[in-house]
Amino acid sequence: MSQEIDETLLKNIIRDVLGEMKSADTPVSFNGGAVATAGPSQEDSVDWFKPVGPAKPGRSKNEVVIAVGPAFATVMKQTIVKQSHKDVLRQLIAGVEEEGLKARVMKVYRTSDVSFISAEADQLSGSGIAIAIQSKGTTIIHQKDQDPLNNLELFPQAPVLTLDTFRAIGKNAAQYAKGMSPNPVPTVNDQMARPRYQALAALMHIKETKQVVVGKPAEEIEVNFN
Amino acid sequence: MKRQKRFEKLEKRPVHLDGFVKEWDDEGLVAMRSKNDPDASLKVENGVITELDGKKREDFDLIDQYIAEYGINIANAEKANAMSSQSIAKMLIDPNVSRSEVVKVTTALTPAKASDVINQLNFAEMIMAVQKMRPRRTPFTQAHITNTLDNPAEIAADGAEAALRGFPELETTTAVARYAPLNAISLMVGAQAGRPGVITQCSVEEAVELGLGMRGFTAYAETISVYGTDKVFTDGDDTPWSKGFLASCYASRGLKMRFSSGSGSEVLMGYTEGKSMLYLESRCIYITKASGVQGLQNGSVSCIGVPSAVPSGLREVLGENLMCMMMDLECASSNDQTFSHSDIRRTERMLGQFIAGTDYISSGYAGEENSDNTFAGSNMDVLDYDDYESMERDLAVNGGILPITEDQAIKIRKKAAKAVQAVFDGLGLPEITDEEVEAATYGSTSGDMPKRDMAQDIKAAQDLMDRGVTVSDIIKALDDHGIDDTAQAVFKLAQQKICGDYLQTSAIFDKDWNCISAINDNNDYMGPGTGYRVWEDEAQWNKIKNIPWALDPQKVDF
Repeated sequence: MSQEIDETLLKNIIRDVLGEMKSADTPVSFNGGAVATAGPSQEDSVDWFKPVGPAKPGRSKNEVVIAVGPAFATVMKQTIVKQSHKDVLRQLIAGVEEEGLKARVMKVYRTSDVSFISAEADQLSGSGIAIAIQSKGTTIIHQKDQDPLNNLELFPQAPVLTLDTFRAIGKNAAQYAKGMSPNPVPTVNDQMARPRYQALAALMHIKETKQVVVGKPAEEIEVNFN
Repeated sequence: MKRQKRFEKLEKRPVHLDGFVKEWDDEGLVAMRSKNDPDASLKVENGVITELDGKKREDFDLIDQYIAEYGINIANAEKANAMSSQSIAKMLIDPNVSRSEVVKVTTALTPAKASDVINQLNFAEMIMAVQKMRPRRTPFTQAHITNTLDNPAEIAADGAEAALRGFPELETTTAVARYAPLNAISLMVGAQAGRPGVITQCSVEEAVELGLGMRGFTAYAETISVYGTDKVFTDGDDTPWSKGFLASCYASRGLKMRFSSGSGSEVLMGYTEGKSMLYLESRCIYITKASGVQGLQNGSVSCIGVPSAVPSGLREVLGENLMCMMMDLECASSNDQTFSHSDIRRTERMLGQFIAGTDYISSGYAGEENSDNTFAGSNMDVLDYDDYESMERDLAVNGGILPITEDQAIKIRKKAAKAVQAVFDGLGLPEITDEEVEAATYGSTSGDMPKRDMAQDIKAAQDLMDRGVTVSDIIKALDDHGIDDTAQAVFKLAQQKICGDYLQTSAIFDKDWNCISAINDNNDYMGPGTGYRVWEDEAQWNKIKNIPWALDPQKVDF
C-alpha cells in the first residue's frame, strides 16, 4: 500500500462522533439491545446524489443495482483510503455501462452489513444482480438466489481497492447479469491492511451503523456526475 | 517545530505503522473493564436463574436468557458465585488445586463474575493458569492453507507439507467463494497424502460449509461465529438458538466442530452496548458452553487490530483464551491474523499461548507465504518456520511445528500434488497438468504457479455439486489411479465420522488414527514435574532438537 492513513479524516471522524456524544449523552440501559451512545448524524443534501423516493423492484433484466451503505455520500464522503464516494460510484456505474447495461443506484437503511445490504438490493434488481458498497469501501457482488452471507465476489479488504478495481467490479456484475461467467476480478491481498486500518475501519463502521434506520426501505438515488 | 533526530528515527520504526487508539468506553473500545460493564450477581429460585449480572429475568435479552437456561452449572452456582474473585483467581494458578477442581467452580460462574476473575490476573499469572487449564495435555497448533488463485495443486502441496510438519488440523478458505468444493477436496487429499490423520476444514458461508462436511469433503468446522450482543446476532439473521441448531447438525453427521468468537467483533460491527471486549467475549464463551459445543476458537482472531490498539489488549486476549479453558472447552487460541508491522510485537502476540501451550496455539498459522493467505494474513507464516522452531528449541517448548528437510518437503509436496491431480482426473474436473505438479512441488507462492482458467474451474465446481459427488468418489478416484495409501487414509477419515470418537473435547488423530483428546490425554498439570514436558516426549523433542541447520560439533571440518 502506498497510501498513508489520512490523519485528518481519522481525527474528523473521532471529533464528529465525540461531538455527537456530548450533545446527546443518554444513560446506559441494560435492557436488551440498548445502545449506549448518541444517534445518527443529519444527512447532508448533496447535489450529485439525490434521493427520489422509495426504491421499487426493477422489471428490466438489463439493470444492475448498486446499493450503498446508509452513510454513503451524505454523511461520509470518502472511503477508508480517501477515494471520494463520487469517483467510486462513477467507476462502478461506468463498468456496468461498458457492458451495455444500466446501473440503478439505491441507498439501503436497514443495515450497515455489506452482505445484507446486497441481499436487500438484489431482490429489487431486475437482473437479480446487485453490487453493495459500504462507506469505507468494502464491496460485494451478490445474486438474489444466494444465501445472504454467500456471494459471487467479495472484496473484503477495502484499502486495496483502486478505482480501476471498482470499474472491473461493475463490469463483472454486468456480465453476471447477462448470464456470463466472467473471470473473477483479481483479488489483491495485503496482509498489512489489518494492522494499519482495522481500528479506523471500526470507527468508520460505528459511524455508518449509527445511520441504520430499522424498517426503513431502500431509497432510490438519482446520480448526476455533470 | 525543529525535529529531534531520535524522535524522527523512532517514527520510522515499523511499530508506527500499527493502529493505536485511546480507550472509549461508550463504543466498547476498552479491553478488560468498561464503566458500562455490569457487576456480577446471581439469584437462583427453585433451580431457575432469576437474576443474572444485575438483570432480573424479565429484563433478560436473548443471550442472557440462553446462558441462564443452559450455560451455567446451576447446582453449584450460588456457592461458586459467593466466593471472592480473588480466591477463584488464586485457585487458577495454585499447583495444588487440580484442573478438575477448578472447573467445578468456574463452570458455575456468571459471565460478569468470570470476567472479574480474569481481571485479577496479570499476564504471567495467565500463562501459569493456561498451562494448567487447557483441556488436552499435549499442545498442538493449526495452519491455514490457502492461496490467492485457489490453485488446487498448491493447496494440496502446502497441506501435505504442513501435515508433515506436525499440524493436526488444517483450515482453508477461498479467494473466490464458488471455489469452495475444490479447495476443500484439494486440502483433504493433500493432507492425507502428507500424513494420515490430519483433519481439514473449509471456512465459507455456513450452509455451504455444512454441505461440504456432509459430503465428506471436510472433517471439522470452526467458523460458526457467535457474538456478545443481541444486535450483532440479529443483524446477521441469527440467534443463539440458530447457532445451537447448526452445531447439532454437525454432531449428527459425526463432524467435529467448534464455535468461533473473539474480542473486537462487536466493536467492528458497531454494536457493543458500551461494554468491554472481555465482558462481551465472556458471553460468547457461555453461549458456546450453553450450546453443548466441545470447543471454541477465540482470542480476537480476525478482529485483533481492535484489542491490540487499546491498553491491556493483548493481556485481554490471553485472558479470553483462559476463560474458554475455564469453561472446560477446547481452545483454539487464535494467534491468527496479522495485527502488527513490528516483528517484536508479532512475537509478543503469541508469547502467552506459546509458552503455556494450548490445544491449538495458533488457529491459523499461515501454511503459505502471507501474501497468499486469503484469511488476509496470519501473525506468523511459512517464512517464520525456522524462527519458530528455534524458539521451541531454545525454550524447550512444544509449539506443535517440527523441522523437516528440504528433501522431505520436495517429496511430500510432489506426492500430494500428484494425488490431487489424480482426483481431479477421476472426478472429471479441469486437468491439473504435470507442469502444475512440478510448480507446486518446487514453488513457494501462487506466483510460481501456471495460471488456470478460473471461469472453467468455477463451472466445474458447480457441476460437481450438482452431480452429487461425495467422498466415495474421491476414494474411488485415488484407488483407480493406484494411489493406495492416500485412498486408504481418506477412507479411514470417512470411517471416523461413523465412530465419532473425535467429537470429544480437544480431539485430534495421530498418524495411526488413534484419537487423542481431553478424555484420554487429559491435562494433569499440578506443578513442577507434572503435566506435559517436551523433553519427556522423546520422539517430539528429538525432532525439535535436531534442526537441520545446527552444526554437529563432532563432524565439523576445519
